[in-house]
Amino acid sequence: MSKVPANLTIGLFGKKLRNPLILASGFLGVTKSSLKNVAQNGAGAVTIKSISREPRQGHKPPVVLTNGDVMINAVGYSNPGIEEAKREFSGLGDVGVPVIASIIGEDARELGYMAKNFLSREFAAVEVPLSCPHTPGYGLLAGQGTPEATLEITKAVKGSTSLPVIIKISANVQSIGEVAKAAVKGGADAINVTNTIGPGMFIDVQARKPVLGFGVGGLSGPAIKPIAVRCVFDVYEAVRGSGIPIIGTGGVTTGQDAVELIMAGASAVGIGSAIHFRGIEVFRQVCGEMAGFMESEGFSGIKEMVGIAHD
Amino acid sequence: MNHHEYEQKPPERPRMHGIEDVIEEALDTNTYWFKGEPGAKPGQFVMLWVPGAGQKPFGISYQEKGRFAVTVRKVGPFTEELFGMKAGDRVGIQGPYGRAFSCKGKRVALVGGGYGTAPLGFLAEVMSAGGSKVFVSTGAASSRYLMFRERFRHAKIKAVFSTDDGSFGHRGFCTDCLTGLLETERIDRVYSCGPEAMLREVARICSEQGVDAEFSLERYLKCGFGVCGSCSLDGTGWRVCKEGPVFTLQELGMITEFGKYKRDGSGRRMSI
Repeated sequence: MSKVPANLTIGLFGKKLRNPLILASGFLGVTKSSLKNVAQNGAGAVTIKSISREPRQGHKPPVVLTNGDVMINAVGYSNPGIEEAKREFSGLGDVGVPVIASIIGEDARELGYMAKNFLSREFAAVEVPLSCPHTPGYGLLAGQGTPEATLEITKAVKGSTSLPVIIKISANVQSIGEVAKAAVKGGADAINVTNTIGPGMFIDVQARKPVLGFGVGGLSGPAIKPIAVRCVFDVYEAVRGSGIPIIGTGGVTTGQDAVELIMAGASAVGIGSAIHFRGIEVFRQVCGEMAGFMESEGFSGIKEMVGIAHD
Repeated sequence: MNHHEYEQKPPERPRMHGIEDVIEEALDTNTYWFKGEPGAKPGQFVMLWVPGAGQKPFGISYQEKGRFAVTVRKVGPFTEELFGMKAGDRVGIQGPYGRAFSCKGKRVALVGGGYGTAPLGFLAEVMSAGGSKVFVSTGAASSRYLMFRERFRHAKIKAVFSTDDGSFGHRGFCTDCLTGLLETERIDRVYSCGPEAMLREVARICSEQGVDAEFSLERYLKCGFGVCGSCSLDGTGWRVCKEGPVFTLQELGMITEFGKYKRDGSGRRMSI
């Protein structure tokens, strides 16, 4: 194999990303300054923390814990609500990389409202998580993880914005391919798989109580990566005919992890918990490791690796 | 590519500690002692979990061989719950976290407002033991809220006190006494912790006098270890729990929200 300089750039919804790493929603996405800091640490694109119609305080702390290779969180969608979020996320050119919005709602109608009233043209795309496992009223706990609800919500959001729409789906459902197909049928421009998995629970054996304020929370971190790889693999099989890009999210911590998700079928890769496991510098580190791998294996671009694990 | 390109991290979760002792430092101000050696540096904080009540950050106020403490002002439901606890009761401790004070300087002034004095007690002892000449200016609403008077006297640290109502020491602010220390004591570094309006005044005085200074900032913390973003500061995006809570005078100049506003648990701005 001859050595070729690795090019990490990708195209996604007509935008050029300098690398395929996207800050996952929920991490460091509370403010524009924080997103800019993540961009300066090497992310190819960033996603804001999800916004709801009204302000939410979220769950009582502790809201995030780790143990070994697993992180558990139940932040509970704390956010300042639509009006303050509009002010916060303006002048997004300052961030330096494409900024993806994230909106939540209790049903298709509310998500349509959010898309119409919150999204500005400054965002590169909008992500709709139908997959949070630990917040009453939203995601899985509101029945948004079924193919039927996914189709209805995708259509409602698509009908309310001209931005590309990313549907973020859960690993928790058996019929992940059916959910992905429903998103495609509804007109989604990309699928993000997966959200946190679970929910799980940490009990402190001395306190004899669950530790998270909410009791249960979604699992992330390196430990869940094999589940994310399988989900991306299955979703790719289900929707490969449509050509819809997949953002693979779940446990990516090293360049090898990112390549694994890409080979399973992801065109871009989400990074979240790794900000803890390796520090905020993780974006640059993963890029360096991906480039090293590609050079030694003779890949000149990301596209050459997308889905090559499939027959 | 090997699978271990990064070091394994220790668990980020509370560990239960029995309260060894509760000492009343001042009105509505208790020190909670725990057994253990967290290896904290002055300015660092721990997340304290009271099952059922929640989890909040507290600066370490004492660290001795085999024991350490936090000093807490009763300000809301969480601290009220804590004030109902006694020796033998258990709470969860997570950390220590955050960037500490640098402990640089040969002749230093420590400026503490209200319960912001708590981490400065630990800093004063460490720097004094390290050979620095330490001066303290601390203030409170009234004499009943002044903490560590005996502690500073015992450690032979020169401390000046201010109260808003003049019930003890100088009537006025701890920043007034800082100006006096800078005039007479050839101070080469200032350390401060307290309400942000006070920190803003310390920053102004130190800028004018050309003295290096460090500031401990308070923001709404949720995770405490740098992933959630609730304590990110405008201007730089620095996380108070990770890049802070201690920032230098130069760094403060880049934090556009300093002295102006902070965010609540939902992320909404609140004026300072």
